[in-house]
Amino acid sequence: NMSKNRPESRAPPDIFYDQKEAQKYTSNSRMIDIQTEMSERAIELLNLPEDTPCMLLDVGCGSGLSGECLTEQGHIWIGMDISSAMLDVAREREVEGDVVLSDAGQGVSFRPGTFDGVISISALQWLCNADKKYHNPVKRLYKFFSTLYAAMKHGSRAVFQQLYPESPQQLELITTQAIRSGFGGGVVVDFPNSTKAKKIFLCLFCGVASPTLPKALGTEEEAKKKRQIKYVKEREQRGSDKRNKSIKKSRDWIIEKKERRKRQGKEVSINTKYTGRKRKPRF
Amino acid sequence: MRLSAFVRMRLITHNMLTSHVKGVKNGYPLVIKAEDIKEQETDFNPDFISRMITRIEWPALTKAMEMIGHTDQLPEEVPKDYETNNDFLKQAHHALMEIEVITGSLTCPESGREFPIANGIPNMLLNEDEV
Ligand SMILES: C[S@@+](CC[C@H](N)C(=O)[O-])C[C@H]1O[C@@H](n2cnc3c(N)ncnc32)[C@H](O)[C@@H]1O
Repeated sequence: NMSKNRPESRAPPDIFYDQKEAQKYTSNSRMIDIQTEMSERAIELLNLPEDTPCMLLDVGCGSGLSGECLTEQGHIWIGMDISSAMLDVAREREVEGDVVLSDAGQGVSFRPGTFDGVISISALQWLCNADKKYHNPVKRLYKFFSTLYAAMKHGSRAVFQQLYPESPQQLELITTQAIRSGFGGGVVVDFPNSTKAKKIFLCLFCGVASPTLPKALGTEEEAKKKRQIKYVKEREQRGSDKRNKSIKKSRDWIIEKKERRKRQGKEVSINTKYTGRKRKPRF
Repeated sequence: MRLSAFVRMRLITHNMLTSHVKGVKNGYPLVIKAEDIKEQETDFNPDFISRMITRIEWPALTKAMEMIGHTDQLPEEVPKDYETNNDFLKQAHHALMEIEVITGSLTCPESGREFPIANGIPNMLLNEDEV
């Protein structure tokens, strides 16, 4: 069972994210790259008004890698995290946002209508655990989502990354409580057919009735189809947006990069049906 | 432990924070006790400040300034022309973005529960019986 290897199944977050673990977020460049890439995609999914400095919340802000992406794009943010070791690292990194030590499962303690958007990178799955005797994941998730909903501006979005695709029950547990709290929205799957690049984002809308509510996931096949439809739609939308940037390392991204290089007068290999596909390892 | 001047609680965050102790109806605004305050210049972004003005509880901000000993710096009320009033936006910017509480506490006005602020980080964690 893979889940045994996940950090959430080993210890509560405030224990797991100790000084040693927190240091990885300043020293492990692979970790930093992954967090950064996911953060940038999450921010993109927030669909914030262009050239407008916004007030954002980062749930599970940790060492502030995700927050730094928000700063880079000209936004002001507040971060909340349950691990003081992670927040200490945020301080060492001299992040721009203010951070608060708090447990998302105890609720979001900000005034109504404060935030123009919310991101949360690799943190939400922790709320599905009962780390203490008195923890009830359903109650904690509901408390979190209902107070989050209240703290957001109507029309804004909350984007959560890294809900493990292998665990439909967990996703259902989360979405059920989100919907109960008033949110609409659904799941966006990047690279649904690639085991490595596949990324799941839960996009929640505050105060927007959405026709595509993610209901309980059916069979794996059906679920796959549903995710793919959403994925394609999402890609089409993204294709028509102004910045017109493709997801890093995707086929489109590679083709675009080749075009750029061609225009720069560089030599590039021709595009084939294999372009952008994962290669089989060779022995 | 190394202390950086960057993580802090600014008054904009105070203006947004509420107490979420079980049973509390109106946990706002939190009463500030400040032992260590810093002022630090940050880039003035009039667009952001003017966008935020409608979201800010102005009386809570003037009160916060009073509580940390900065008096006579802000107008009692937000002027009608706030969007174009650069002097006002600068004053608001200073109060919201440049005054930082490093050490102290926040007290829930209803329950009296105190949330400590250490190294610029408010500790809003609740005990089991407060959730
Ligand atoms: C994988 S880290 C992500 C760090 C951060 N997004 C970054 O980019 O540096 C997950 C974070 O979620 C936090 N977390 C886990 N459970 C939490 C909870 N109940 N409330 C608040 N934060 C939580 C952990 O302490 C940890 O810092």
